[in-house]
Amino acid sequence: MTSSPTDRKSLHHLIQDYCPDAGRLPGPFPLWRGACSPAHWAPLAEGVWQAQGRLVALWWSSEGAVLQATYVLGREVLWASLAHSAGHPVADISPWFPGANRLQRAAADLASGALAFAAADQRPWLDHGCWAQQGHQEPAPNLPYAFVPVTGEGVHEIAVGPVHAGIIEPGHFRFSVVGEKVLRLEAHLGYTHKGAVAHWRQLPPLQGHRLAARLCGDSTVAYSWAYCMALEAALGWLVPERSLWLRALLLERERVANHLGDLGALGNDAGFAVGLAHFSRLREDWLRLSNTVFGHRLLMDRITPGGVCCDLQAPQCALLQAQCAALEPEVLALRDIYEGHAGLQDRFGATGQVLPALARQLGLTGLAGRASGIARDLRRHPQWAPYNALDVQLVLREEGDVAARVAVRFDETLESLRLIRLVLEHLPPAEPAGAAAAPALSAAPGSGLGRVEGWRGEIQVALQLQATPQGPTVSDIHLHDPSWHNWPVLEHAILGNIVPDFPLINKSFNLCYSGHDQ
Amino acid sequence: MWKLLNQITRTGLCSEKPSAAPWACNTLPQEHSPEAAQHALLKIVGRALTIRAIDAGSCNGCELEMHALSNPYYNLEGAGLRFVASPRHADLLLVTGPVARNMLQPLLRTIEATPRPRFVVALGECACTGGWFGDSYATLGALSRVLPVDLHIPGCPPEPGFILACLLNFLQRLPAERLPA
Ligand code: SF4
Repeated sequence: MTSSPTDRKSLHHLIQDYCPDAGRLPGPFPLWRGACSPAHWAPLAEGVWQAQGRLVALWWSSEGAVLQATYVLGREVLWASLAHSAGHPVADISPWFPGANRLQRAAADLASGALAFAAADQRPWLDHGCWAQQGHQEPAPNLPYAFVPVTGEGVHEIAVGPVHAGIIEPGHFRFSVVGEKVLRLEAHLGYTHKGAVAHWRQLPPLQGHRLAARLCGDSTVAYSWAYCMALEAALGWLVPERSLWLRALLLERERVANHLGDLGALGNDAGFAVGLAHFSRLREDWLRLSNTVFGHRLLMDRITPGGVCCDLQAPQCALLQAQCAALEPEVLALRDIYEGHAGLQDRFGATGQVLPALARQLGLTGLAGRASGIARDLRRHPQWAPYNALDVQLVLREEGDVAARVAVRFDETLESLRLIRLVLEHLPPAEPAGAAAAPALSAAPGSGLGRVEGWRGEIQVALQLQATPQGPTVSDIHLHDPSWHNWPVLEHAILGNIVPDFPLINKSFNLCYSGHDQ
Repeated sequence: MWKLLNQITRTGLCSEKPSAAPWACNTLPQEHSPEAAQHALLKIVGRALTIRAIDAGSCNGCELEMHALSNPYYNLEGAGLRFVASPRHADLLLVTGPVARNMLQPLLRTIEATPRPRFVVALGECACTGGWFGDSYATLGALSRVLPVDLHIPGCPPEPGFILACLLNFLQRLPAERLPA
């Protein structure tokens, strides 16, 4: 499927044609929200695809029985909703956006029968037949999953998981192999589904950031920020300048911590244990200072609705500055060692390759996308404060192999160190106490969207509040993890590689299970 | 190679004695200090005590801190503890997460595959109490609702030093006959 420039429509044309009642919503990103009719659901997807836009998330809101999707075109976002009438299957949009396959299946699972898609793949995704609502309170065993069989002479299957040999999250991988060579990999996820969304409806919205912080432990800052951004947009709150800068500082510290951990683990998976020893030492130093300065090693619950719950004085700024200054030469020295190590380069190079064309077709996103030529980083958005003042340098590689994903991590670590120093130097002064009126929960709460470039990729929170006599409560929420789009790409990255390289390739993506399963 | 050797010598050793870390708090009486526990453990077991991690639906925060236990600072193996890949080789199971119903069967099977005597440890707020997720259509909540738990290590997530201190303290207090031969 190719499109000529003439049939490309701008977002405004698409809105006119398919979501005519869409209105602009407040928030740091240009955002429109509107309803789409069932007949227009697929044409909208096709129009976005032709205009070289992308699907971010797709989910089911049981409140009001609506299917929702967010699309990004250039820098603008469209949040489309489809009022669903039971009995009429919804058009399948996975022909244009392959990532929609699992999103649709997950939506159908969570709708427990109220929603169906006119798609070929009808297998459940998150639902393993164990949930309590299905008439059995007593624990039930997991239903078997219909993996696509591969047949042929000498083909056999290797089943791995959900409990893995290392300390990692649970998921099942089914390899079809000939000898050592992988012909097909199919993942089955959903083991860590915790029904998180249901809990928000019982929580006051001002407590919800704590649950958001616990969906994915390595991206806790990114999730809390995205939740708070959505909530603040829905309530019409303004966040003090200094708090926004501190949020960026926390987000960059989270990015560095994860990159340090991954760089060590990648060295280790390629048989270079010294790399792990050094990087895990650096990561520990980093986490300990986070604990000293901000009060939590992983920075959980530091971002709160309306701002942050931590502040910096001169001595803490000096500590953070000194740590950046000490870490930078260490990372440079280790990069030198990694690059000069023939054994490592041999394992990294041309392993688990995803070329840019395939990456674009499958919708690869985030860090892995930037290693495959997808030049996208939300932090370069001109309206997202404070990043619009920081001029974030895009890190980009075209090769799309493990080596490229390692290189992106090295460069992004160094870039984040630069950003952290910049934030510390230009931190806006604290507002005098009492200058800002205490924010109120507004009488007419609406909806809001939060988008944050976490270390793994774009995290999106879509939030809908409703007014009740006790004040606003959450009527619907959806938290989207970039792993949704990247898991299926991993299955392509391994093709033609050998089974023993899977841990290395998997680690180079380092996708999230808990944020995906929720 | 020269650069690598240089990096190694420049860094030197950074392992801490268990008691040197800030958490090795005053709350542990002297006879239960991690160091004493470590000696006792090695004397009784005579080999490393093996640990198998099982994620029963955690957010990955607890796993990150478990990983951190293996960094050079904590010298885990020096304390006589070792992570192993198979439950068949494990003495102790470290379970995290609010027991997602989708993980219940794999969890029980993994525990069944572990030879006795075995210890089950609930790690983190989620496994201890259900945490923020509690009991729902998709989770069962506290691990102790599912099977007997020998030790609870609270925290969200618990810090690595604290995990180590709790484990060593627990092992030292066990009657010798409960320890694996
Ligand atoms: S206790 Fe905290 S860190 Fe551990 S799994 Fe639960 S939410 Fe995550």
